[in-house]
Amino acid sequence: MGRFHRHADGTEHEHDDHEHEHDHRDVGDHSGYVETGPSRVAVLESILSENDRVAERNRADLDRNGVWAVNLMSSPGAGKTTLLKRTLVALGEKCRVGVLEGDIATSLDADQLSGLGAAISLVNTSAGFGGECHLDAVMVRSGLSRLPLDAIDLLLIENVGNLVCPAEFDVGAHARAMVYAVTEGEEKPLKYPVMFRSVDVVLVNKVDLLPHLDFDLDRFFTHLQDVNPDVRVIEVSAQTGQGVDEWCAWLGAAGR
Amino acid sequence: MHELSLCQAILETVGQRATGRPVRRVDVRIGYLRQVVPDSLQFSWEMLTQGTELEGCALAIEHVPAVVCCRECGAETTLSWPVLACSECESHNVELVSGDELQLASFDLVGGDR
Repeated sequence: MGRFHRHADGTEHEHDDHEHEHDHRDVGDHSGYVETGPSRVAVLESILSENDRVAERNRADLDRNGVWAVNLMSSPGAGKTTLLKRTLVALGEKCRVGVLEGDIATSLDADQLSGLGAAISLVNTSAGFGGECHLDAVMVRSGLSRLPLDAIDLLLIENVGNLVCPAEFDVGAHARAMVYAVTEGEEKPLKYPVMFRSVDVVLVNKVDLLPHLDFDLDRFFTHLQDVNPDVRVIEVSAQTGQGVDEWCAWLGAAGR
Repeated sequence: MHELSLCQAILETVGQRATGRPVRRVDVRIGYLRQVVPDSLQFSWEMLTQGTELEGCALAIEHVPAVVCCRECGAETTLSWPVLACSECESHNVELVSGDELQLASFDLVGGDR
């Protein structure tokens, strides 16, 4: 918690305030915002507008450096880290990859990904009580400052494992992907519609387990279509490597 | 779970814009399609405002229903679950009219008429 107290760029923020006050001076409200009545001050902004402003700055920094970024989300244990390992190996020398690893605590996931050629930046979200359940734009901004952006083509942002909160926060990536494991049950798109609705691509992971599970893939696809008719689906197995080439091709095509 | 972060963001914005003037009520609008738990938002609000100059300031939460307008038949549907579909013709070719809100609408200053 307390993320919105920190301003990643104090100078720019002050400048914003100044501009705003200046533009609205004629309104007569000394805060710079429109008064709709004797006591009510209208704001009419997204609650997350400060986060969104920082996210835009992140995206601009990435664009300036020619970096294309994906926000990778899932529930805990769906296989993000294993899939990332596979992805780094498959991409090999084809492009220069950076990984921004978000975790509530520990460097266990970041350690697993080291030595595979990617630049890694770890962001532990445990500054508040017990740890933040998602990455926000300010956390990602601090993580970006520790990455050599001019030496990266693709940035994979591994979000905190959680099917609710990460979906609400724009972190400044260009696309959103989620890893969904077939062990999670067919109804998940209906139970976590914000997440399933927010992504461009769903990686349906652990498909190598399908013969052993009482899981109806078509039923899952129907639910997924219900909440996100346009989403791209790629069936993968981080264990066997199935579908990883298709995912890498998607990354390549979407990023260019 | 992210209700604490949302409250933090609300406090930050209200604090900046109230510029020291006492605030008695903050109005937010939360769409049905957002996974925000109202009780959790209220609880977070009370916890974060305690001991600050906003202690005792009410957080009023307006729930905005999810409404879609069908691009095929033109009917409007208020959704009772998160599937974006027309209740008349069952088409998924619909436009979201409301339900996506996560908005800080306004705040009321102490000493006004309202």
